[in-house]
Amino acid sequence: MDARSIREQFPILHQEVNGHPLVYLDSSATSHKPIKVLEAVDAYYRNDNSNVHRGVHTLGTRATDKYEGAREKVQRFINARSTKEVIFTRGTTTAINTVAHSYARANLEPGDEVIITPMEHHSNIIPWQQAVKATGATLKYFELNEDGTLNMEDVKKSIGPQTKIVALTHISNVLGTINPIKEIVELAHRQNAVVLVDGAQGAPHVKVDVQDIDCDFYCFSGHKMCGPTGIGVLYGKQELLENMEPVEFGGEMIDFVHLYDSTWKELPWKFEGGTPIIAGAIGLGAAIDFLTEIGMDKIEAHDQKLTAYAMERMSEIEGLTIYGPSKDKRSAVVTFNIDGVHPHDTATALDTEGIAVRAGHHCAQPLMRWLDVTATARASMYVYNTEDDIDKLVSGLAKTKEFFGNVF
Amino acid sequence: MSFNDLDTLYRQVIMDHYKHPRNRGKLEEDALVVDMNNPTCGDRIQLQIQVEDGKVKDAKFEGEGCSISMSSASMMTQAIKGKSVEDALRMSQLFSDMMLGKEIDPGSLEMGDVEALQGVAKFPARIKCATLAWKAMEQGVEKN
Repeated sequence: MDARSIREQFPILHQEVNGHPLVYLDSSATSHKPIKVLEAVDAYYRNDNSNVHRGVHTLGTRATDKYEGAREKVQRFINARSTKEVIFTRGTTTAINTVAHSYARANLEPGDEVIITPMEHHSNIIPWQQAVKATGATLKYFELNEDGTLNMEDVKKSIGPQTKIVALTHISNVLGTINPIKEIVELAHRQNAVVLVDGAQGAPHVKVDVQDIDCDFYCFSGHKMCGPTGIGVLYGKQELLENMEPVEFGGEMIDFVHLYDSTWKELPWKFEGGTPIIAGAIGLGAAIDFLTEIGMDKIEAHDQKLTAYAMERMSEIEGLTIYGPSKDKRSAVVTFNIDGVHPHDTATALDTEGIAVRAGHHCAQPLMRWLDVTATARASMYVYNTEDDIDKLVSGLAKTKEFFGNVF
Repeated sequence: MSFNDLDTLYRQVIMDHYKHPRNRGKLEEDALVVDMNNPTCGDRIQLQIQVEDGKVKDAKFEGEGCSISMSSASMMTQAIKGKSVEDALRMSQLFSDMMLGKEIDPGSLEMGDVEALQGVAKFPARIKCATLAWKAMEQGVEKN
């Protein structure tokens, strides 16, 4: 994989920020978009813009073909059995909420348990808090080991006949931990519990095969994998989706509308009320083409190598703490703090050098409490980052430490 | 921009307030208590104000956050102590204007160290850190 030729395809990277070439290390928040994706979205609006599944006219057919073509790309990308299992949503959050509203509320009752982990993003916590409040079920958490990996002994102990839903992230957006989801799915299925995987950080970074993982739901966002914002995917096993009620009602999702009752379209459209996110889906399709052409195995190897390099270089800085597991158990995220410097101050200092990192709680307040910090800084990498970016980060961090060391 | 520009943001007096916060702690007597946080970044402050006869008799704060949010809280409590509620609110307005990069004229109001935060206006992502304590104060006296 030639990072330089990949960088060429990302126009946004070729700019100066605060007088320095941009070093973008915030891809876990959102990734950049290659020309291929920008052009696909642009071409749709320029040439084919029309509503889908309605028009008899030519543009309507073209738009529908492109939109449904994107669905087929997603199906192949995650190896779903059929396009009926691929529902376009606004993003991971909407995908999880759809399951928490529809499946969870219909299937949970008092005494049942939903189990999640302390490393979840808020979007895989709050929907379950609300679902158990509405049904009288109980929300529980698996325990973490000290290094921020899941305590598998506790996972085995916790999943029982009362467990109805297990929801967990594929890869932690803070610790970078890659969870053994296949093993957890197997444990959950033995007790007839369904498993939802938050793949917001998984789908962009590792090869996802939903049939191999055998999870019941897999949710991800387009914008973290080189696609546009506003588009995401809910994958669900067909037999589960068939039995679920839609959560949004309106145009597009209906079969017959009578005065006092209506019937729904077949899958996947019954979950896609209203005019769908047509350009977003087409852009996601182009992003999948982009990633597939490089190869997800190559992207994974690149991420691993860069992460190992970042962890090694960053540990050279005295007084810098890195949170989370060792490099072989994590994806392209390095969350850290410099002793005595608040992460917002670190991020502001780095920004003056054109280096973009995230600072804050990363939408994971329970995990921040588990780490016993109020906030952290985070550098996250993707396909277009190079060792040069890491070198600039490390020199920026050294300067940051020196600056705040002197002002104190 | 470079690390030299950081000096305009992190002035010595700001770092001094961060490292040695004034009025940090809890008021023992009955006080107005306001909890406020900045949900986007996790900064959190608990402000306690004692108002008597339309005057801020005492103010203290506790919390966690970056140097800008904590130093601003320290400076704010220092600035409003002994002022009338009306003046405290006027100062808050002046502070907001200052964050927007406007020239301010404090007139007879003694803003003290608060004016050291002027440089924050050049760092838009950090304005909310600086205004957190002032917003808490506004909410507190409005509750009164």
